[in-house]
Amino acid sequence: MKTIDEIQNEIIGDFEMYSDWADKYEYIIDMGKELKPISGALKIEDNIIKGCQSRVWLIADYENGKLNFQADSDAIITKGLVGMLTKVLSGHSPKEIAESNLFFMEKIGLQEHLSPTRANGLLAMIKQMKTYGLAYMTKEKMI
Amino acid sequence: MNSANNDIIQSIPFDVDKIRAQFPILNIQVNNKPLVYLDNGASTQKPNSVIETTNFYYSNQYSNIHRGVHKLSQIGTDLYEKTRLNFQHFINATTPSEIIFTKGTTHGINTIAYTYGRKYLQKGDEILISGMEHHSNIVPWQIVCEIYGAILKVVPIEQNGTISLEKFKTLLSPKTKLVAMTYISNSLGTINPIKEIIDLSHQNGSHILVDAAQAIHHLPIDVQELDCDFLVFSGHKMYGPTGTGILYGKEALLDALPPFEGGGDMIKEVRFDKTTFNDLPFKFEAGTPNIAGIIGLNAALDFIKEIGLPQIMAHDKQLLDYCHQQLGEIDGIRFFGTSQEKAGVVSFLINEIHPYDIGVILDNLGIAIRTGHHCTQPVMDFYNIPGTCRASFGIYNTMEEIDVLTNGLKRAVKMLS
Ligand SMILES: Cc1ncc(COP(=O)(O)O)c(C=O)c1O
Repeated sequence: MKTIDEIQNEIIGDFEMYSDWADKYEYIIDMGKELKPISGALKIEDNIIKGCQSRVWLIADYENGKLNFQADSDAIITKGLVGMLTKVLSGHSPKEIAESNLFFMEKIGLQEHLSPTRANGLLAMIKQMKTYGLAYMTKEKMI
Repeated sequence: MNSANNDIIQSIPFDVDKIRAQFPILNIQVNNKPLVYLDNGASTQKPNSVIETTNFYYSNQYSNIHRGVHKLSQIGTDLYEKTRLNFQHFINATTPSEIIFTKGTTHGINTIAYTYGRKYLQKGDEILISGMEHHSNIVPWQIVCEIYGAILKVVPIEQNGTISLEKFKTLLSPKTKLVAMTYISNSLGTINPIKEIIDLSHQNGSHILVDAAQAIHHLPIDVQELDCDFLVFSGHKMYGPTGTGILYGKEALLDALPPFEGGGDMIKEVRFDKTTFNDLPFKFEAGTPNIAGIIGLNAALDFIKEIGLPQIMAHDKQLLDYCHQQLGEIDGIRFFGTSQEKAGVVSFLINEIHPYDIGVILDNLGIAIRTGHHCTQPVMDFYNIPGTCRASFGIYNTMEEIDVLTNGLKRAVKMLS
């Protein structure tokens, strides 16, 4: 299993091929299209992260010391971006997730999507993923 | 471009290039593309005259106003009061006392909502608004209705984004104390039949506040002819500085209302046992105002007057018609707000594409539009949509920019489908 930083570096590597903004977005949109949608039954209020414009759903599963994420969005670009974030963080331990440093968005020139004015729910989603990490870390200690 | 389009371009009522040259920001590049600014409904850019007037004031004339006998304070006070007179004449108010400076439309509505509520609202009274109001003409009324036990009633919108006067009439009741209605909808572009609405309200014995945020720089407004009781708008949507706005109210009504905010300038005498309040308009202008902004706003008004509202409206209409025509050719486009009477706002969705996605792609092409609910969530709920893409026009927009938008949208659709 690759580390969080190794996966981030892989994505950065993928993006190095693209000099044009349009190629980058084609990649993200493809990611969005490929991401398995969360089934309607799970798109409930509890799992929604409200951005002002696009909505994001996030589900976390804890199994054998690892946290797995499933995410979805009603906007395809946001969906591609949440797909990248779940790809980076899924399958790692709660501690690794809670302490992760997400640098790939900035390196591939997409940091503007993390700006609060974008109101797309991404920033809140990252916070939520780390919160899950912290929560399960605490739980693990209690066992 | 084909000849039909050329006809339209030739009939633009003024030299758009000359106007564009007055707006420094129109020369910038966004994401390495020339800026195409089509978010004028949210706020307009500023011409040199406004920027320079504000700069000159800070550099050469600045001090606090209404307070000092010294020269600078007099200069500032004179300039500030000159703006008031300019607006008094522009909207044909009876006296300068009827022109209250505010921070903007929102501040103006809140001023009336709270003071009117305190003076007149009782349990069971009704406030009537429309389903197309901006949040700033909904929430203040919700808040005061809750305080005084009044009821907020809403005239629903029709499919084409208009309101029916018949439905409006049936919602007016003996309990309707006040009607608060927008002149032009910011998310649909609908121009409401405001004169009829005002007359019907008065026939019913109700007061009426007009939200003119989108109208002040489009339609000639004569408050005496309209006979509205209150009218509010923002400076920043009419090419002026942010943090400025005007609340017009009939003198007798404003006199009867209690003050809103307390502080400096709005008082006559302050004693711990009793404070007396200043006369209009100062009663409603507590604290040091946005002096430089208000002085800059005068330059914005002069800029608009120089071009002329009929010319501005004709230009706006041409952009609107051309935009409808061009965008109408995109497969799967749906327009929201198709009133016959419409200002330069085009709200739309394409197929099932989320407006946010379109906004992101257009941004990369240097095109600024607004996506989302445009602070009119009930309108989006009415159409059962998450939001729309909205292009809204200003004095400096061109037919070529509509072409850039059209091509940008076609590209976005291709990428996102
Ligand atoms: C119709 C309408 N009313 C009210 C407002 C609120 O104006 P402001 O934010 O300047 O107070 C706006 C601006 O978005 C508007 O378009």
